Amino acid sequence: MASVPKSNSAAANTIASKALGWVDARFPLTTLYKEHLGDYYAPKNFNIWYYFGSLALLVLVMQIVTGILLTMNYKPDSLTAFGSVEYIMRDVSSGWMIRYMHSTGASMFFVIVYLHMMRGLMYGSYRKPRELLWVFGVMIYLALMAEAFFGYLLPWGQMSYWGAQVIINLFGAIPFIGEDVAVWIRGDYNVGDATLNRFFAFHVIAIPLVLLGLVAAHLVALHEVGSNNPDGIDVKKHKDPKTGTPLDSIPFHPYYTVKDLVGVVVFLAVFSSIVFFAPDMGGYFLEYANFVKADPLKTPEHIAPVWYFTPFYAMLRAVPSMFGSQFPGVAVMGGATMILFLLPWLDRGKVRSVRYRGPIYKKFLAAFVVSFLVLGYLGVVPTTVWGQLPKALPFIGGADTATLVARILTVVYFAFFLLMPWYTKIDKELPEPERVTG
Amino acid sequence: MNAFIQKFIRVCVAAPLLVSAVAFANSGDVKLDRATVNPNDQASLQRGARNFVQYCLNCHNAEFMRYSHLTGIGLTEEQIKTNLMFTTDKISDPMISALDPKDAKAWLGALPPDLTVIARSRSPDWLYTFLRSFYQDDKSPSGWNNEVFKNVGMPNPLHDLQGVQLRQQVGEKIGHHGPEPVMKLVTPNAGAMSTRDYDLFVGDLVNYLAYMAEPHKVARQQTGIKVLFFLVLMFFVTLWLKNEYWKDVK
Repeated sequence: MASVPKSNSAAANTIASKALGWVDARFPLTTLYKEHLGDYYAPKNFNIWYYFGSLALLVLVMQIVTGILLTMNYKPDSLTAFGSVEYIMRDVSSGWMIRYMHSTGASMFFVIVYLHMMRGLMYGSYRKPRELLWVFGVMIYLALMAEAFFGYLLPWGQMSYWGAQVIINLFGAIPFIGEDVAVWIRGDYNVGDATLNRFFAFHVIAIPLVLLGLVAAHLVALHEVGSNNPDGIDVKKHKDPKTGTPLDSIPFHPYYTVKDLVGVVVFLAVFSSIVFFAPDMGGYFLEYANFVKADPLKTPEHIAPVWYFTPFYAMLRAVPSMFGSQFPGVAVMGGATMILFLLPWLDRGKVRSVRYRGPIYKKFLAAFVVSFLVLGYLGVVPTTVWGQLPKALPFIGGADTATLVARILTVVYFAFFLLMPWYTKIDKELPEPERVTG
Repeated sequence: MNAFIQKFIRVCVAAPLLVSAVAFANSGDVKLDRATVNPNDQASLQRGARNFVQYCLNCHNAEFMRYSHLTGIGLTEEQIKTNLMFTTDKISDPMISALDPKDAKAWLGALPPDLTVIARSRSPDWLYTFLRSFYQDDKSPSGWNNEVFKNVGMPNPLHDLQGVQLRQQVGEKIGHHGPEPVMKLVTPNAGAMSTRDYDLFVGDLVNYLAYMAEPHKVARQQTGIKVLFFLVLMFFVTLWLKNEYWKDVK
């Protein structure tokens, strides 16, 4: 009797392997699995900063699934959009949960992506041979900003409406063609039904398609060159002579799949705490003014973009208009995101990781992080938040303190990038270890 | 617990906290009184619903709130139909005022705002203070003004209960630019309710408004506890799994 189950499972095994062989002869299933999971070797010394890549993928999937469910009841029509969101919140079974997951997911996506980018900055993950990997990443970040911007109009609340109005008007500041560009984006002279319809199309089809393509390219590029690590050293220099795999690396599956699973659970706990106990996050994830239906005749007292845009919004406000045009501010804001593309070619250091960088780089990096965070704060509050400078001061007397601080920090933000070729070259770096240090 | 897990939790928790720690400057300069919002106090919610239908619904709509959702505050459909529905017979209908929008514009100058989610755009504390801060003002077109909403178009519909308040000078204080009058709301002629009863009346009403703004709030929190309990369990399972696999990584 005992031999019966054994032969059964053996038979099952041959059927499974035959089926797999049939597929493999027609589609590279086993090859793909090996390249991207089973035989993809990753350095064994990943630390906590290395969770955010897989978490970003998780949130992307979550946003797509909840987004599809939301479109089943949402109405992209300026007369019914606001009501359809309330319908989802009240009458659709578990609609409130799906909507809160989607709105919280949007903000958490940015939290994760910012931490993921910070990791790349710290450990020099953008350096040769990972320049394209970084460039794809920055493109994902830009696509994500577009996705969030288009999506934010859809609830058709006051902040949706006026936020979109303000951002689209920025394009109007472009010399000569600006006004036409703004009308072209809106499809009307004001944000209206036509705008809502096209933003819906961009939010649910166009940008997600771009995002998925870029994410695929990001992953292919990563698996082509291999992951960096907290030491920023090349693990491929020391290979096992027998297997030919790097000595300091382990297969992604099962080691990092089980490790990332722990990260997923911890992330979901944080995520659920927000979804179920503080879905509006004190007005930061869901702005209070967005619970008022869009009214083109009533401008809200204080228009603030959602928190993930505020560092750039603070820069926009900090730059004074020149020759009666807002364009310099718009250019600075655009430049602040575009300059990220150049990072791999600005860095002239010999080491990759912050662990072996010299003191100058560390100070610049710290100043950069502080300026980004403080600019983020200043973008949320009115420019009068820190009062005015004493009138007696020459040149700057009487100006808003916060505006002056934002100007200085904008310079710091750009200095981090523009001075990088110089300070990374002269910096006294430490010797890198031969093998990873854990 | 592993050191890396601890670090991970710290980063995950710190990131959103950092965001929420940024205090938002509220434009109002009047100190708001605290409203007691308790979605589990069904008696208060039922009194609040009655107050809402009797007073607010005369002019305001709650366009996205169906009468049927009042079962969530412990009422039967029969009770809702006999005690709270006066403008429709269908329980699935939304709470719409009998006031014709054209008349509203003619009489009040503007359409009264919809109140379905008013407790989410204005806080319950704001609503609680607002409804207790009307005073008579002969300079305003409606004859009314409000401490927390300057030159509000809305007349005080509750003055019979509260008594008509007046804004009077009760003293002087030294401000930035010399002496400033200290103004206070006084009630020379009491209304049908004592101050305490009126505060409770408004408290119930605001509690109901908060319920109406998010009827599934209690369900949301109850689900949240279950989900978090499950995730804590999963945390130990996945951590054990990870440690088992990582035993052979040196």
